[in-house]
Parts: sequence; structure tokens; C-alpha cells
Amino acid sequence: MIIPLIKGLLLTIKRFLNPYTCVTVQYPDERPKIATRFRGLPELQIGKDGMDQCIACGLCAKVCPSNCIYVEGTTDKKTQRRYPKIYELDAFRCIFCGFCQEACPVRAIILRDTFELATYENRGIFDKEMLLDLTRKRNIQYTRKLEPKKAKD
Amino acid sequence: MGGTEDAGRMSVLWWLVTLLKVGVIFGAVLGIVAYMTLAERKVSGRIQLRFGPNRVGPFGLLQPLADGLKLMFKEDVIPDHVDKVIYVLAPAISTIAAFASYAVIPIGPPTDFFGLLPEPVPLQIADVNIGILYIFALSSMGVYGIVLAGWSSNNKYSLLGGLRSAAQMISYELSLGMSVVGVLMMSHSLSLTRVVEDQSNLWYVFLQPLGFVIFLIAAFAETNRLPFDLPEAEPELVAGYHTEYSSMKFAGFFLAEYANMITVSALAVTFFLGGWQGPFLPPVVWFMIKLACCLFFFIWIRSTFPRLRYDQLMYFGWKFLLPLSLFNILVTGFIMVIKE
Repeated sequence: MIIPLIKGLLLTIKRFLNPYTCVTVQYPDERPKIATRFRGLPELQIGKDGMDQCIACGLCAKVCPSNCIYVEGTTDKKTQRRYPKIYELDAFRCIFCGFCQEACPVRAIILRDTFELATYENRGIFDKEMLLDLTRKRNIQYTRKLEPKKAKD
Repeated sequence: MGGTEDAGRMSVLWWLVTLLKVGVIFGAVLGIVAYMTLAERKVSGRIQLRFGPNRVGPFGLLQPLADGLKLMFKEDVIPDHVDKVIYVLAPAISTIAAFASYAVIPIGPPTDFFGLLPEPVPLQIADVNIGILYIFALSSMGVYGIVLAGWSSNNKYSLLGGLRSAAQMISYELSLGMSVVGVLMMSHSLSLTRVVEDQSNLWYVFLQPLGFVIFLIAAFAETNRLPFDLPEAEPELVAGYHTEYSSMKFAGFFLAEYANMITVSALAVTFFLGGWQGPFLPPVVWFMIKLACCLFFFIWIRSTFPRLRYDQLMYFGWKFLLPLSLFNILVTGFIMVIKE
């Protein structure tokens, strides 16, 4: 009867004395490790020509189970290439299923690790520029990290 | 203290020193209570693989201050249906009973503070020759605080919590008292100073190991701590007797619980662990070290064991602990007679 009690006490004191057992991530100070397959906010990608990769085919809007994507496309008069005039994503409705990413024929929308979606305003709709900005910021960080000299010119 | 021959000692200096002792011990106990709450959260956090509070101040050291402020500025709700006089009185009784117990606990031998005082003063507020009876009387008073709180709240859960705690504290107080009797038999005195002085050669924990174990178990029940925290039992009783309390009235119960914990720890140190006795370091430091170890043990147990069922608790107290403590007295007496 007493031995299991002592065993329990030994276990807890071991946990207490070993400083490396804490599993808490001190979030604002240290970033949590996010899996590569994590599905965060969908981000619009930027193509090689600097324009958005999206061709406004509307498949993402079609496949979206929560109807949170709205696409309105036009044609660029010079290059005759279609691009989205309006691309809106309602983050309040998005369920981060990743169907849009799978449906996209040109990989223009990808769910990455953006998970901090809290805002001070009552606004859940991300428009095209905001969704592109997510990628732009990422590109800046990326280029700065890899080729700091090239990014300047 | 008292009697005609002591009349001369009731001088201004005596009053000053006594008041100072009261102030220092009261302040120290309050401080220990405050940091005990932090230590409890920190230690049980580490045991559960968490950090515990670490946002307020370095290592969360200002957390007790923040908690205290929060409790002070909370709205003091007195529900309509309560019995107001008793409702207000109950936390006061609990707190006073908890804090008054310290008056007789010696934290060091008589000292004249490096020659500052003309004659040595004992390092306890009052060296009552029935100190242990005084403490047990006060801890019984503490039960009133909890029972009255449960009763006056006019709430099923509170009443059940109060009843449970009354039954539990009364039945375990018996074992608590009985476990100490062995020590008192060996030291031939009820004065706590004498008990400590008697342990200069060998701590009573080695002479009374059974008594020590019984004392510890009963102390856990007496202070309503896990694994015997049935009066509060959050999942079933919604915090028990202090469900209806808020703000500083709640803080009163909180203080009382932790102060009681410190009292029983100090008692364990005094009766079994040699009080202030120890080599090299000053006596007060030894006392504090031992006290800290005891308090750590409280937290350690709390974060290790689950809560007992109520019938198990009563069964254990009456059918196991009490006979065992009586047996301990019997054996102690037997050995003492043989030795003589």
C-alpha cells in the first residue's frame, strides 16, 4: 500500500528537479514549431512576372465548402492574361480545409503558417492586396535571409 | 508570563519588545503565506511540466502582490439570502484562529539580541506552559469559521462542504492530538520551548517515527489539504464552504488555509524535527529551513496524490489512524516504564 505512494512521490520529485521537462512554449517570447503541412491562412502567390499568379478561374471559390472566397476576374489588355480584379477571402468563415490549394491549377493559393489572425478591428475579410502582402512579406524575409546583397539592388 | 513576581518585568521595555515580536511574527507569517501561494503554483507547475506564473516581475515574484491587489479591489458581493452577521463573522474567525496559533511557537532560544536588551527574551510571543493545548483549542475554533461559513451561506454545496470539513477536522484532530501525546510524555512538559530544548541530543522523529507519520497525515486532514481536501472538492462541491464568498472575505479563508498549513508545519518542526536546534547556522535560520522543507512537502503531496473518497477518509481516520496513535502512546509508555 505504501510502496506505490512512494513511487508516485519519487516520480513527481524527479519531474520537479529536472529543469528540461517543461513542455510549455513561452509563446510571445519564443515561436512554436509549426509543421510544414500546417494549414494557416490561404495566401495568394506572386508569379514570375511580378503580377499575381492567380488566373481568376474561380475553382477555389467553387470548391470552398464554406463559401468564403469571392473572385471576380478581368483580362489584362496588353498580355491578354486573366487576373483577379477582386479576390476576397472571409477569414471569419474560412475553415482552413485547404481545398482551394488543391483545386488551384496554377498553385496561386497556398495555406502557409500564418496563424495569428487576431485583429483590433471587427474585420474578417482579406482582399487581394492583403493576401498578396502575406507573400510579399515572406519574400522579403526570404531574400534577406538568403541573399542580403542582391535584395538591395 | 504572569504572576506577582513578574510584575517588575511588565515594564515599558517588555511591552515594546512584545509588541515588536507580535508585529514581526505577524508580518513574517503574512509574508510566508503570500509567497507560499506563489511557491505552490510554481512547484506544482514544475511537477506538471509547466512553468507556473512567470509574467509578473522576475520569475513571477510579484505575483502574490498582484493577487492581493486583485482580491482587495474585487467587488465584495454579499448575497441576499445569507445570514449576514455570521456570514461576515465566519472568515474573521477562521483567520484569527489561524494566526493566533503562532503566539506560542518558539522560533529560537531566548536571546538578548547581541546585548541590546538587558535580559534575554524568548523568541516566541508567549511561552505559555500549556502551549500545545492552546494551539489545539485554537485550531478547533477554526472549525467554527468553516462550519458557520457553510451554514450562513444558505447554499446546499456550502453546507455540505462545511459539514464535511467539520466532521473531518474533528475526527482528525483526535489523531493529531494523540500523536503528539507520545512526545509530551517524553519531554514531561506541555510547553513548546521545553519540548524543543529536550531535543538537543536527538530529534523526536527518530524516537517517535510512528507518531510523526500519524501527525503528518492528520495534519494534512486538519488543514483540508489534498489528498484530504474534501470540504473544497471542486468537482463535486463547487469549492464548498467558500462558494458564496468573494473579495477579501474569500481572501480571509485563503489566508487561514495557508496560515494553518504553516502552523502545522511549525508544529511538526517543533515536536519532531528539533525546532530551532541545529549546528553552525543561527537557530532562527534552522527553524526557517525546516519549516520550508515541511511546506515543500505539503505542496509535493498535493501535486502527487488524488483526493480520497469521503467514506474512505472517515474510515481511515477512525478505524486506522486513531487506534494506531493509541498504540503509539501505549508503546511509548511501556518503553518509558521499562527504562526506569
